[in-house]
Amino acid sequence: MSGIATFLTRRRGGASWHFTDVLAWIWLVAGLLLMFGPVVWLGLSSFKTRAALSEFPPTLLPYETAMVHVEGFDEPLPLYRVMMEDGEERLLVQVRRIGTVAQMADPEAPEEIIRVPLAARQPVREIKLATENYSTPFKRYNFLRYFYNSVFVTVVATIITLIFNSMAAFALSKYEFKGRTAVLAIILATLMVPLSVIIIPLFSVINGLNLFNSLWGVILPTVATPTGVFLLRQYMLTIPDELLEAARMDHASEWKIYWRIVLPLAMPAVAVLAIFSVMWRWNDFLWPLIVLSDQELYTLQVGLNSFQGELNVQWHYVLAMTVVSMLPVVVIFAFLQRFITSGIASTGIK
Amino acid sequence: MSHLELKNVSKSFGPVGVLHHVDIEVKDREFVVFVGPSGCGKSTLLRIIAGLEKATSGDVVLDGEVVNHLAAADRGLAMVFQSYALYPHMSVRQNLSFGLENTKTPRDKIEARVAEIARMLRIEELLERKPRQLSGGQRQRVAIGRAMVRRPGVFLLDEPLSNLDAELRVTMRAELAALHKRLDATMIYVTHDQTEAMTLADRIVVLRDGRVEQIGTPLELYNRPANRFVAGFIGAPHMNFLEGRFAGGEAGAARIELDGGHMLSLRIPVRPEGEPITIGVRPHHIETQGGQARIPATVTLVEALGPETVIHAEAEGQPRIVAALAGQRAITSGDTVSLALDERFLHAFDADGRRVTEGEVAEEM
Repeated sequence: MSGIATFLTRRRGGASWHFTDVLAWIWLVAGLLLMFGPVVWLGLSSFKTRAALSEFPPTLLPYETAMVHVEGFDEPLPLYRVMMEDGEERLLVQVRRIGTVAQMADPEAPEEIIRVPLAARQPVREIKLATENYSTPFKRYNFLRYFYNSVFVTVVATIITLIFNSMAAFALSKYEFKGRTAVLAIILATLMVPLSVIIIPLFSVINGLNLFNSLWGVILPTVATPTGVFLLRQYMLTIPDELLEAARMDHASEWKIYWRIVLPLAMPAVAVLAIFSVMWRWNDFLWPLIVLSDQELYTLQVGLNSFQGELNVQWHYVLAMTVVSMLPVVVIFAFLQRFITSGIASTGIK
Repeated sequence: MSHLELKNVSKSFGPVGVLHHVDIEVKDREFVVFVGPSGCGKSTLLRIIAGLEKATSGDVVLDGEVVNHLAAADRGLAMVFQSYALYPHMSVRQNLSFGLENTKTPRDKIEARVAEIARMLRIEELLERKPRQLSGGQRQRVAIGRAMVRRPGVFLLDEPLSNLDAELRVTMRAELAALHKRLDATMIYVTHDQTEAMTLADRIVVLRDGRVEQIGTPLELYNRPANRFVAGFIGAPHMNFLEGRFAGGEAGAARIELDGGHMLSLRIPVRPEGEPITIGVRPHHIETQGGQARIPATVTLVEALGPETVIHAEAEGQPRIVAALAGQRAITSGDTVSLALDERFLHAFDADGRRVTEGEVAEEM
């Protein structure tokens, strides 16, 4: 504990507070709120009921009016704190509401009905997590299926991406052949073409290949990424050629050199690409939305979209499922932070 | 049997020629050293033999068979790289067995072979370590072990000792020599260090600018350098070259006047008076006491090494003469000494740098 305290109050130079200390604190706290606030807000809100979400002013924590089972009533009744006319404060349940007057009862003696004006009562609120936000989509909307589809697309696309990109990078970095620079330039040039520009031709290709409305239609167009080829090539250039020559002297085939020497040595870059690929594919929305029309094949991101009707948005489900869809990426971030920062540092890609 | 022949091998990178018509024959079980200053093409030559580089023209003949178009893997040679090129992600054991795995050697045989090599090179306790956990000398051993493990007929070694410190280099040099005897294999060794060449080689190939300058045993090269370059390259400290010209004489005993006016008599054919000639004399063949031709000189630097004293001196017409005097001498810089050249061991080179033969200088005892 004292360690944390000293860490938090650590100051520039000596004992007194310098104005840069204050600025640093303000900057860091503001940054924390800015970056972390929306995520916390999302997390807390995902546990609110539909009614609590539309409440104004909004509360930070997921509050809910306390409900009490009272003898003689089938349904649980909401609990209120009532200021009586004589100034006494009592806890009463509301039996029903008629106009501006509520009929209330003491939970201990429910036979006696007490009439109370609406203004005199305050609901007793307690923190309650609306876990049904999470369970219902999985039961009713087949979210497990969406989850599975997302995992399938992400994992398969990432594996294919890694294999193809690393083979291309190997050839472009370690073999001398005519037109090598031209090939690299063409691959890099495709970086400049955004998806939205080629979306229609891409769609006709996928349609022509009978991959429309199939997960493979989502996977295959995305596996050859110029960024991936470039990232891996740059890394492989740093692997000394002498290692490859030593392997050749050691009777290794070119495939073996790739598989046993180059790929293991390029692991740091491969890990970076794997992380990027997982994030890209997991968060992909536009392309899956276009290719997939069958509910059964929806990925999480497309599934989330289906809560958004024309007239009405089921915010409680949207929020809860957003949290679910974020989790894998958060976990990846937590465990592979080091690779991600080094990847960003070495490539400038986010 | 591992007999290697290079026939008229040339190599150019684009317009730049790095090797010109190289002819070398390496006999079975011979230890041949390619030596030359950096950039002379010796490493390229080794890589051509290995098959890592293709010759622009000429043939590489291995055991009577032209192997020009055979890939490196299929030539059955092994190479030790200057940087060792150990696979950094594999343990020493995996490094050693990688080559055998590629030739589909059975598991138990691989293990036996690796164990044998590890014992021979005393790296048994290092087998599970990664290369980065090894010292320079240990890496060197592993690199050699990796070459040995497939029992190749020919070992190619590309400056294998250049990354080691001076002391370790001497130790490893001795180990390599011992290893060559024990393995009974042909070794081709590239270095720019003439001491390594002299101590290790059965025969030395001196290269300069992509051309073979001379091939011979270490002592042949030392005693009868074919030209000025070889004479200057082999031997430490370097040979002194004294400029002069013919000044008459009779058949078989030319008189030579060095710049500065000193006269010498040499058992070489007489050439017309005034024709320039360079006299080569090794620092160890100069004395300050006794001897015939005496040249007065001023000492500019004294290196007292203990067993010998090396002096750098200036004489009239000869800006720099280095003499290695046996024992410890009471000479300080600024002193004037009288340098005596041992006329039995003088070398003569004509204006083109070629050795003037006929009439021999004596073999050194």
